[in-house]
Amino acid sequence: MSAPTLDRPTDEAALQQRFDATIAADRRIEPRDWMPDGYRKTLVRQIAQHAHSEIIGMQPEGDWLLAAPSLRRKAILLAKVQDEAGHGMYLYSAAETLGADRADLTDKLIEQKQKYSSIFNYPTLTYADVGVIGWLVDGAAICNQVPLCRSSYGPYARAMIRICKEESFHQRQGYELLMTMMGGTEEQRAMVQDAVDRWWWPSLMMFGPPDDDSPNSAQSMAWGIKRHSNDELRQRYVDMSVPQAQFLGVTLPDPDLHWDEETGHWRFGPIDWAEFKQVVSGNGPANAERIRRRRAARDDNAWVTEAATAYARKHAGAVTEGAA
Amino acid sequence: MSTDVTAEGGHGAIPTGPEVPVAPKPAATRRDWPLYEVFVRGKRGLNHVHVGSLHAPDDEMAVHAARDVYTRRNEGVSIWVVKAADITASSPDEKDPMFAPSGDKVYRHPTFYEIPEDVPHM
Repeated sequence: MSAPTLDRPTDEAALQQRFDATIAADRRIEPRDWMPDGYRKTLVRQIAQHAHSEIIGMQPEGDWLLAAPSLRRKAILLAKVQDEAGHGMYLYSAAETLGADRADLTDKLIEQKQKYSSIFNYPTLTYADVGVIGWLVDGAAICNQVPLCRSSYGPYARAMIRICKEESFHQRQGYELLMTMMGGTEEQRAMVQDAVDRWWWPSLMMFGPPDDDSPNSAQSMAWGIKRHSNDELRQRYVDMSVPQAQFLGVTLPDPDLHWDEETGHWRFGPIDWAEFKQVVSGNGPANAERIRRRRAARDDNAWVTEAATAYARKHAGAVTEGAA
Repeated sequence: MSTDVTAEGGHGAIPTGPEVPVAPKPAATRRDWPLYEVFVRGKRGLNHVHVGSLHAPDDEMAVHAARDVYTRRNEGVSIWVVKAADITASSPDEKDPMFAPSGDKVYRHPTFYEIPEDVPHM
């Protein structure tokens, strides 16, 4: 398999042509296929940052594991946070099929050379935040992720299929949590409204800058890595979320939000992109804390890795001796 | 608003500027943990199917890790793990000569044979 095969075209143009034809036919690119450098780099960057988001995303909700209001809520939250870890693993696995190394990717995250979703740089102040993250943040993630199940890169698309199946549980547990709180005391309802007020706009920012300010999108869409534009997905998300907010009995913090009869869409007010820029560049409320904890998890647990390695070596040695 | 962010990455917006490095470098940690490919039998009667990969210090830990990563919801009744380095694969190119012989042997397919419509049970 490593020896060059004479029949294979070595000419880059021919390889590019074959790649283009695969994309045009809406077939999947698989790990050992030839692919343009830009395609590989875009995928490594996207998949790695997605993986980092899943791993860092364990923190804001994990903060409530020891303070969950009941055993039922605690078991649910534990399962959800464990899923986020699993999602990170699926994605690092996909990134590795492109030649990346997951320990190296983790180092890049900790050294802040690679980023993660800006949404996780906001703190979770009350238990209502756990519900709102499930409903709004995971809801936005689902909007982004469902089309990625048809991404042109096979391993990424397959990882996304697994993830999407599990995200549905995440969103529903969040919404159910909020329904329970809305049926509770006045104070609990106020907590839910407060959480919605804080998370609504950052959720809209999860879809990224407006289309006319998103130059990379066109190439990603041409490559079939991305299937819909930022604004398209954002609008879809707002249209889905407004009736859910109405059913829940909360107010979305946007005085400009209104139903547009003509287009059949909910129109929303301007997004504060200056805030988004600040959070992305590391000045969000929790950026430093997120990275500090990820670094501690790597460094403080290094001895476990080393012990397991030592055990495996010793064990392998014993087997060999026994066989001899 | 600068243009160095986009909505890549599923979970939301992230930067895509040239400062974001993507080229792999040799691993600093866990280099000793080999990569395992994981195969899961969904239920009795089905083949084991490839589901992904993971790193583990040894075979036993690989099975345990595979259980946690790939079967949290009854996705399987049996797991195989195999070191990725132990897998021998055909050439990646699907048009490879390895598969060419099956392309020109149309007589291997039932549709090659014309049978009158009125022959029963055929």
